[in-house]
Order: sequence, then structure tokens, then C-alpha cells
Amino acid sequence: MAVSGLIMVGYLLAHMYGNLKAFAGQQAFDEYSHHLRELGEPILPYGGALWIIRVVLLVAVAAHVVSAVKLSRRSWRAAGVNRYETRRNRRGIQRSYASFTLRSGGLVIALFVLYHLAHLTWQWITPGGASPSPYERLVNGFNIWWVVVTYTIAMVAVGLHLRHGTASALYTLGAGTTSGSRRVILAVSVALAWVITLGFLAVPFSVLLGVVS
Amino acid sequence: MNITLRVWRQSGPDAEGHMQTIEVPDVSEHMSFLEMMDVVNERLTLAGEDPVAIDSDCREGICGTCGVMINREAHGPVRATVCQLHMRSFSDGDVIDVEPWRSDAFPVVKDLVVDRGAFDRIIQAGGYISAPTGSAPEAHAAPVKKQDADHAFDAATCIQCGACVAACPNGSAMLFTAAKVTHLGLLPQGQPERHSRVLGMVNQHDAEGFGGCSNIGECTAVCPKGIPFDTITRLNRDLLTALMKGGE
Repeated sequence: MAVSGLIMVGYLLAHMYGNLKAFAGQQAFDEYSHHLRELGEPILPYGGALWIIRVVLLVAVAAHVVSAVKLSRRSWRAAGVNRYETRRNRRGIQRSYASFTLRSGGLVIALFVLYHLAHLTWQWITPGGASPSPYERLVNGFNIWWVVVTYTIAMVAVGLHLRHGTASALYTLGAGTTSGSRRVILAVSVALAWVITLGFLAVPFSVLLGVVS
Repeated sequence: MNITLRVWRQSGPDAEGHMQTIEVPDVSEHMSFLEMMDVVNERLTLAGEDPVAIDSDCREGICGTCGVMINREAHGPVRATVCQLHMRSFSDGDVIDVEPWRSDAFPVVKDLVVDRGAFDRIIQAGGYISAPTGSAPEAHAAPVKKQDADHAFDAATCIQCGACVAACPNGSAMLFTAAKVTHLGLLPQGQPERHSRVLGMVNQHDAEGFGGCSNIGECTAVCPKGIPFDTITRLNRDLLTALMKGGE
């Protein structure tokens, strides 16, 4: 859960960096996109680096899902679903909203990833029109309000997931054995959640508001 | 003051349970919660009804025997055991929901009493040190840093009450297990068995049917002894080291 999660956090940061290239214009964005396929040449074949990243990511996603299912099943068996009769304090004493929505938010993110791939990678669904240029696909899609709404919901879910997940992953790996280091870890998780959510939302909203066109 | 209790009643381990509403008039605010339950039980007994089964022993907050969910808070609204919780923490006219600890590993014996034998089996799986018996060793033979001694003692204050399990959304007993692993793992006497201890205790924890820890921290929020969250990260670190060493 922890290791696969942190691999995905690393990927998210790289992905966000690529997205922000949209502010440098169509040429820069499309060149970056093309360059990803040439990464590592000539040692790696064309598209080789990208495929390595895809395989690592796929393994991480699979490991994350399998661990999540195992943990959830243990949790449901140990604590049950309708555990206490009382209606009070159902959200616990101190737990964050992020930890409360970790499971449901994870499901939202999983569905979003499929939708996102179908939209911009596989181009099965092309709101606003298909195009061979990644930049045009992006601008066409995010000119439509409901596309931006779906991406916003997903990015908020990602932000909440990271708010609890990053710190939790580090704790699982044995970091944070003093209250000082735990404060730092928590602050980093919160900052990371904001940076990733706002960083990813910057492009769709800029397109929608006409800053990027 | 007058209060209304809604108490979990279950006549035996396999019986169906239900919430029973009991009106409790004339409660002194100076009573502890357990003394209030004593009054309730005296009245039920005089009326020819079955008293509410509830565990208690020392009544001074050190044995960890009493412990129930009060309005879904382990040990109620004060960070102390139920015997140290006083009725002044409630108001006249309150409806108070009282339920047993809930976990698959803590089967209900009767009403509010659960079997916490799983904790004993986790301790048996590694929560000890092997030391030759005989006369006490010379006190300065094994120096302990003040910091380590303090942390070890913080962890050693665990009274095995089970509040961490009852509060944990995953039904995990990680805080309990981690308290013992940290307590012994920080002291020189605990070093020889440090890695086999963490593996044995975590395996037993899982085998008992407790859930997995997901670092939410509800356990530390209700722990009457204030066992810190550090114990869990220390356990994780020991577990990782033990696993990388091949598990001895």
C-alpha cells in the first residue's frame, strides 16, 4: 500500500509538471509529449522509457488495489459495517475527513483514471473533437464545462487521498517516530495535496476561462 | 440529576442482543460512571430483573478491566477509564448510549462484557523478555538513556483495556501491540528478541482477527493512558527491519 502509493505520488508530480507545459504554448506542450517517447534513446527504443513507466505504474496500481481490497476485507471482518447501535460520533473523535473518504475516494479515482485514459489517451470519448495534437485534445476537452467539472471532482478526491495517504505511507515505512517529525510529515502531506490538486486544476480552468486557447 | 441509559443487553455469547432503555433518576454528579451502574444494577436486582453485566476491578484507573463505549467514545468523553469518569461530565436529562467494545476478536460474553483473551495471546507471542532468574542484576550494568527510558515508560503504561480496538475504524489492535513492542524494544533487556518479538506479535495480532492499521489515529485519541502514536511508527520500523533480515 505504502510503496505503491509513493510510486504513484512520484508519477503524479511528473505528470503535473508535463501538464503545466500547456502554459508554454502548443508547440512546447506537443514537443514535450513527443519527447517523452524519445526519452532514453538510443539506449532504449522509441517509446521504451514510456513503456517502462507504464509497466511500473501498472504494477503499482495493481499492488495498491490488491492491498486495499485485502485491508478493507480485514477491516470489515474485524470491525463490521454497522458496528455500534448509537448514531453519535459516527465520524470518530479526531479523524480527518480525508481518512474517512479514503476508500470511497479511491474508488472515485480508479473510475476517473479509466475515464481519463479513454478521453485523452485512447480517445474513445472525444468531447470537443479528436485531434492528433495532444494540446488540441486538451483544449477541445476543457472548453466544455462538464468535462472540467468531472476533472475537478476527481482532483479533489486525489487531494483528499493524498492528504491522508502520503503521511500514512511514510508512517507505515517507519518514518515519524517523534512528534516533531510527524508534524513535518503531516505538513508535507497537506502541502503536497494542495500542490497536486491546484497544479492539475490550473490547466483545465485556464482553458475554460480562455487563458489558454 | 436524571438521565436515561440506552444499554446493550445480550444474555450470552450466541444470544441476539438489543438496546434496552433504562430511566435512571436521582443520580449524584459525584458518582463515577461505574457507581452509577452499581445503582442501576441494585435497582434492577430489587425489581427482580437481570442486572447489567459490566467488567470492573481496581476502580482507580490502572487495571484496564472496565471499559465500554459511551456515545461511541471509548471510555466516554473524558480521557480516563470508565471508573474515573464522573457523572458531572454529563448533564441532567442526557440520553447516554452504552455499548460493549466491538471487534471480531473481542466476542461479547454478556451485555457489556467482552472476552479480551486475544490480547493475552498477543503478549504470549512475544511481549516478554527471556532473562535468567536469580538475584537482581546490578543497576548500572546496562545503562539506559533518559530519553529511551521515558519513551519506554510511556509505552509501558498500557493497561490493555482495549479502547484502541473499540475506537479503531479498522478494528485494529496496533496501538496495544505497538506499545509493548516499543516498551521492550527501547530497553537493552529487550534487544535479543527484538525482531522475533515484532514478527510474533504482529502475526498473532493478525491471526486473532484484528484489522490492519491505516494510521488514522482514533486509538491515540481515546487511549486513557495517552500512549503516543510514535509507538506505531516504531513498530513499523522494527517490523520492516525484521522482515528485511529474513524474519529470524
